[in-house]
Amino acid sequence: MDQRDASVPTISRIGPFRASIATFGALIGSGFRRYATYRQATIAGTFTNIVFGFLRCYVLLAVAATAAGQRPAGYTAEQLATYVWVGQGLLAVIGLWGWTELADRIRSGDIAADLLRPVPPLAGFLAADLGRALHGMLTRFAPPLLAGAVFFPLHTPTRWQTVPLFAVSVVLAVVISFGCRFVVNASAYWLQDARGPITLWTLSAGVLGGLYFPLRLLPVELTVALWVATPLPSLLQTPLDVIAERDGPALQAGLVALQVVWAVLILALGALVQRRAERRLVVQGG
Amino acid sequence: MIEMRELRKDFTVRVKAGRLRRAKRTVSAVDGVSLSIGRGEMVGYIGPNGAGKSTTLKMLTGVLTPSSGDVSVCGLAPVPQRTRLALRIGVVFGQRSQLWWDLPLRESFRLLRHIYRVPAAEHAARLRRCRSLLDLDAFLDTPVRQLSLGQRMRGELTAALLHGPEVLFLDEPTIGLDVVSKQAVRSFLAELGSSGDVTLVLTTHDLADIERLCERLVVIDHGRVVHDGSIEALHARYGSRRSIVADLAEPLPDGFELPGTTLAGVTANGHRVTFVLESSTAGAAVAGLVAAVDVRDLSLLEPDIEDVVARLYSATGAP
Repeated sequence: MDQRDASVPTISRIGPFRASIATFGALIGSGFRRYATYRQATIAGTFTNIVFGFLRCYVLLAVAATAAGQRPAGYTAEQLATYVWVGQGLLAVIGLWGWTELADRIRSGDIAADLLRPVPPLAGFLAADLGRALHGMLTRFAPPLLAGAVFFPLHTPTRWQTVPLFAVSVVLAVVISFGCRFVVNASAYWLQDARGPITLWTLSAGVLGGLYFPLRLLPVELTVALWVATPLPSLLQTPLDVIAERDGPALQAGLVALQVVWAVLILALGALVQRRAERRLVVQGG
Repeated sequence: MIEMRELRKDFTVRVKAGRLRRAKRTVSAVDGVSLSIGRGEMVGYIGPNGAGKSTTLKMLTGVLTPSSGDVSVCGLAPVPQRTRLALRIGVVFGQRSQLWWDLPLRESFRLLRHIYRVPAAEHAARLRRCRSLLDLDAFLDTPVRQLSLGQRMRGELTAALLHGPEVLFLDEPTIGLDVVSKQAVRSFLAELGSSGDVTLVLTTHDLADIERLCERLVVIDHGRVVHDGSIEALHARYGSRRSIVADLAEPLPDGFELPGTTLAGVTANGHRVTFVLESSTAGAAVAGLVAAVDVRDLSLLEPDIEDVVARLYSATGAP
């Protein structure tokens, strides 16, 4: 190779910050394209989301019909339908399940390739995950929502800030979901095989994240404790409560602020875990 | 360019010592290696399986923390300054991939340009060169998961070079490749090394790689350096000798001796004999043989590096 330039370690001519943004953007693009490769999986996944949307929606509406004042946990029937169908659309965006890439790479030793890049692994994986979420948003979000809107009366947001707040909340939920998955996957640095922690995560994220039922159905103390003490309700319950306008404007914004706190905490934890892991890491195999 | 002083890596392994008890045992994968490699050198780093080659390479690239000792690459400490070092080195692990499984090579290369922040023109120039030298064009748009091993390895080499590294670490780059792909990789590396700018450290089990590429050979076994020098020095040190193989018209008479040689083998009912040259020259030995018996055919064998290395490995075999 021509070596004239290689002796200069700082390679970029644009500013370091803009260069970082460009790198991050390129990594987001790569995450997007990697998922865009699998079109049949996208179609099959969307179809499944819609089928389960009907099941969940009928169950919750049946609950609503028998509840006192027909408002279980403070939701109207329209709000519940919105909760279900937006939730089905967000599933693939937030990506609660099925991400074992980091754990697999640790187990196989391919993590070495990630460590040999001039990008910290946490940032690299986060960017790729944002790309994945973007692909999910463009392909998987709308179809369930449309199906829901055709067959059920949905709640239309009444406040101007609801939709922008929802957008922010979804981005934060993706980041928190990624952070949790990163930490759970990173247990493979110690355990070699992260299947146990990943199973535990899959179960708790679904139940305590607000997917199987709105957490507001639980006693208030328990709901508050979950929200404050764990990142799980920030994954789905928060964005869904924001778009359904379950609470007043102050609490609506407050829940998103809580997501910010959790996003920062979980990324800090991820960075800490990664640093610890690198110190004791043994890349497997020859 | 690369300095190692008393570099060690110990692993703790737990061995069964009863129904539930586990005894701890320390294994030294790298046991005090000191080496100094200058700019532009091409060094072959060889040793039997489990000798500590890959462990050394992992410590040099910063993915493994040494137990003790000093190491510096490009003037940087690999583990604490790993991300800075990553901009200046290229690594190919023959047994793993650094490309993106789902993406075509072209996209992987484009992504690498952003990750390493290489200006577009430099990137394009290097890629053009790799494309012509490694014949990438035919599969540039194929997703990596569909590439053959030889194609993928050419892609890996390109990926490791696009940011113009000063040091290139190659861990078994020709493993599993067919003869043609091996040749392609070797001649590419030879071309790369001839510029004298890139320092190259190569581990391999294929000694032809070394003979073709490396002036300097470092042999490691049980975590220690057992040889550091040229291939010729290795032959001299381990007494490699040439030998004469002759096909005879009549079986070799019993008790036949050829001065200055030893009889190393008699096969084909005594019709084929091998003499190893000790003190005699090849000419004298051939003349002596032809004068004594009826020789039909004759060949002179150069010492085989494989034999030398096999002898070296087994000589240092006991831990």
